[in-house]
Amino acid sequence: MSNENTDREVILSIRHVDISFDTGHKKKFVAVKDANFDIYKGETFALVGESGSGKTTLGRAILRINPCSAGEILFEGKRISGKISREEDRNVVRNIQMIFQDPAASLNERATIEYCVSEGLYNFHLYKDEEERIAKVDKALEDVGLLPEHKSRYPHEFSGGQRQRVGIARAMIMDPKFIVADEPISALDVSIRAQVLNLMNKLKAEKNLTYLFIAHDLSVVRFIADRIAVIHLGEIVEIADSEALFKYPLHPYTISLLSAVPMPDPIVERTRRHIVYDPSKLDQSGEKREMREIRPGHFVFCTNKEFAEYREKIDQMERELGQSNP
Amino acid sequence: MAENRNVILSAKDVEVKFRVRDNYLTAIRNVSLDLFEGETFAIVGESGSGKSVFTKTFTGMLESNGVVSNGSVMFHGKDLTKLKTDKDWEGIRGAKISTIFQDPMTSLNPIRTIGSQITEVIEKHQGVSKTEAKAQAIELMERVGIQNAADRFDEYPFQYSGGMRQRIVIAIALSCHPEILICDEPTTALDVTIQAQIIGLIRDLQKELKFTTLYITHDLGVVANVANRVGVMYGGQIIEYGTVEEVFFDSRHPYTWALLSSLPQLGVKGQDLYYITGTPPSLYNEIKGDAFAPRNEHALKIDFEQEPPFFKVSDTHYAKTWLLDPRAPKLEKPEIIRDLHEKIKMMTDKGGAFHVE
Repeated sequence: MSNENTDREVILSIRHVDISFDTGHKKKFVAVKDANFDIYKGETFALVGESGSGKTTLGRAILRINPCSAGEILFEGKRISGKISREEDRNVVRNIQMIFQDPAASLNERATIEYCVSEGLYNFHLYKDEEERIAKVDKALEDVGLLPEHKSRYPHEFSGGQRQRVGIARAMIMDPKFIVADEPISALDVSIRAQVLNLMNKLKAEKNLTYLFIAHDLSVVRFIADRIAVIHLGEIVEIADSEALFKYPLHPYTISLLSAVPMPDPIVERTRRHIVYDPSKLDQSGEKREMREIRPGHFVFCTNKEFAEYREKIDQMERELGQSNP
Repeated sequence: MAENRNVILSAKDVEVKFRVRDNYLTAIRNVSLDLFEGETFAIVGESGSGKSVFTKTFTGMLESNGVVSNGSVMFHGKDLTKLKTDKDWEGIRGAKISTIFQDPMTSLNPIRTIGSQITEVIEKHQGVSKTEAKAQAIELMERVGIQNAADRFDEYPFQYSGGMRQRIVIAIALSCHPEILICDEPTTALDVTIQAQIIGLIRDLQKELKFTTLYITHDLGVVANVANRVGVMYGGQIIEYGTVEEVFFDSRHPYTWALLSSLPQLGVKGQDLYYITGTPPSLYNEIKGDAFAPRNEHALKIDFEQEPPFFKVSDTHYAKTWLLDPRAPKLEKPEIIRDLHEKIKMMTDKGGAFHVE
């Protein structure tokens, strides 16, 4: 699997990124600490964590909304963090688009759907004439399953799921290469979530997109993500292929998150135990933690001692599972 | 077995209408529900199905343009739908029937201290002195798991995390020893790990204080965890109810099937997730037949013409669908939820995606 990975084209690199905020005191608040990973072209990379973990902050840094205080972000090999030329800045905006959590809050309620969807086109003059603009809007709406006659309506006339489709159309019309989807389905009903997820998967395949999917719900992520990074209080604690993360979760925080997903089965729920994450049980030797590769592509944030323990644990899990399903 | 138990609250044929401009919207259409003492009943449904509106009639908290136009809600021999003024509700709302809402930030007053918001309720309802109220408040804060409660008594809501704020809301709701606790999406705004803690807390308190809990949620995982009995709501009606096992493993209404089928836990990577086509019915118009029929691939002709009655599946399990009529064609529930328990068990057993140790 690792060989495949190294052959794959990296589209976005996060290199030792810190993001901090001024607090008004001397001490800065560091929201993201030493984030360091690559996202490959064509994959869905999920960033999973609780509120306040820094997942949205990191997503916004990619879009140049939050500045990095250390490290750099590369897009297609070029640095896009820090000071870059105006032209490059526009290039980033065009190629990296965002889908927001709450479609009701992210659309201008006084603007028609046509305007909402065309806004990027206006800003970048991405059309020759009115005719072409309208054709592009129609196509974008059609791609997300809305009709051309919806153009003249206002956001409040739509249901939550439809509004999120408008939010997606608005991002897609720019023909981006990379999409940061920040909790795109958290505000939606269960049955509508499925529609939006299916749509995102469909568009990804059709347009060869890459997603950074920011979420807090592991049950959804399992369905959509190729690789998953778990982030806790600004630190990425585990990165692995989706399947490996669910099969062999190693970091205690990942395990705690998994155990907290409620399962839709009353008999199972009765005996299910919720494991509370207790950082004081980690190695307290004071040794600096770093991301270490336990299996090809499976990284855990740990000390040397913990590394040895995780190794032993995954060896044992592999042996047991190997025996139970030959 | 259920018949032997004490009914603590009995809603009968409740209908709720809202006046919106010159139109009437029927949000609740003849819903009946008996709540048994000490049980946890969960109402599950999508947004707009009426689950919140229905339970708001138990505490007289309907928006001012809403009215209970038919039916009764009996509680201790009193018809709650007849109560009008805030004075009438005194002694019931907040005292015997308390509610916890979704967003703890909006339930709490941001410019008053946590302590004053708890003591206010205790002083008001129990008529005790300030010092006694403070002592009780600190005890309550400790009981809902706030560490250093005495030190945090004078802090403001913004100094608390979301999970702790919800603990405070629970403390306030329980300060008058209610008989019924209505939890209206109590964990939707919280993180999964905090959700697990809050659910556990409510369950522990229920065991200790013996109140009846009514959960309102759209999350079937939460339902499976908390409920003894479940009612599924759609288009302003309860369309199926039964014990939690009956609803999860032996559901009969196509809407319950659809809801279970769209669980993300059942998704298979590389395949589309199941979803319900169409949109919920408009409540402005009169709904003819089964409200779910237009979105139901299994709909019969009669579903569009006549509203189905409740058919009995077992003593505790009823469903409002023509499929249970003896004349209806035999229809099995969708494949994806047929072996629900086996599937979920595999996921949580060793080697499964949600197995942890």
